[in-house]
Amino acid sequence: MTGDYMTIVIAAMLVNNLVLVQFLGICPFLGVSSRLSTAIGMSAAVMFVMTLAAIATYLIRQFLLIPFELQFLETVSFILVIASLVQLVEIVMKKISPPLHQALGVFLPLITTNCAIMGVALLIVQHGYTLGETIVFAIASAIGFTIALVAFAGIRERLALMPVPKAMRGGPIALVTAGLLSLAFMGFQGLA
Amino acid sequence: MSNEMSIRSELTKGFFRENPVFAMLLGMCPVLGVTTTAINGIGMGVASLAVLLGSNTVVALFKDLIPEKVRIPAYIVVIASFVTIVDLSMAAYLPDLHRSLGLFIPLIVVNCVILGRAEAFASRNSLAYSVIDGLTMGLGFTMALGMLGAVREVLGSGALFGFAFVGEDATTMLLFVMPPGAFIALGFLIAAVNTAVKKAQAFAAARSRAVSTQPATEGVN
Repeated sequence: MTGDYMTIVIAAMLVNNLVLVQFLGICPFLGVSSRLSTAIGMSAAVMFVMTLAAIATYLIRQFLLIPFELQFLETVSFILVIASLVQLVEIVMKKISPPLHQALGVFLPLITTNCAIMGVALLIVQHGYTLGETIVFAIASAIGFTIALVAFAGIRERLALMPVPKAMRGGPIALVTAGLLSLAFMGFQGLA
Repeated sequence: MSNEMSIRSELTKGFFRENPVFAMLLGMCPVLGVTTTAINGIGMGVASLAVLLGSNTVVALFKDLIPEKVRIPAYIVVIASFVTIVDLSMAAYLPDLHRSLGLFIPLIVVNCVILGRAEAFASRNSLAYSVIDGLTMGLGFTMALGMLGAVREVLGSGALFGFAFVGEDATTMLLFVMPPGAFIALGFLIAAVNTAVKKAQAFAAARSRAVSTQPATEGVN
């Protein structure tokens, strides 16, 4: 039983890393990774929203969509749940930590259109996880997202000081860097 | 005259000047995720185009009826409905493509390009312009996906649109069909396209300066 959970954790965190292998959540990955501090804040917000969203969408699917045979409403209902959760997190963050809210204010609404959250909710449906596995999978995926985002932000802080050819400045060099990071993560293949 | 000009600029902006992928780095997840072949890229692009066209049309039609405060959730519901339509139609008529695009079809709903156009364009412009905007942005997105898909397919599998042009036992750069190759190929593709666009704009600006006899009143952008 614990072995199963361990496999889920390793697979979600490293082998099938959300950002670098599955291409989910690329927008925040490229958007908020130029400074380490914002990257950490964004990761924390994503981790919180992702876990809550995974649980909420799981419950809605089990107790509303399946009993009433409304699975075709999956996309619509999932995105609405996620959008409301993001609003909630924004309100809570504004109350508890105004500086963090100021730093992340622009990006919080963007979590709604963060494919990582929706993607994890849909992956859980695809894998047919139980509630326990759902929670473990969501947290592990969020940790994987954090690892990728923080590592990338660290590299980009260095990269900002490097002489880069004019055509490659900005987006292109960031993408090539992400490619090399993704190559490094290929090394985890076969671990789980 | 000015109206005609602005339709023309609306029609061309989505391809290079405001291309969602090359110029704005939006909607990157499907761009990187499904472009292992040119066909997959174009299929994904057309699916997004259909959703974008539908959502832009509906948002432009109902923009006066949607209250300001709940506009984002309203747009999301509109987009999600079109995504469901596209998802189910593709599952019925194009099951193979639907299978290879997989998770990324329902994820069109969280594509920032679509919500971005609804919020930034369709909610402020007339129906006709919104339809044109949806069409050109969608085509620009499809073009970018097709280009990246073609590059990755040629380099990674030695084929284009499924037709192999290297021998069975030839060694291809497998890296490009794997995840790291997606990032690297897109990085170089964006650099190449942006450099070409800048060169073309500088050339056009230089020519219009040489041709016009009056002093230029507009800044060169």
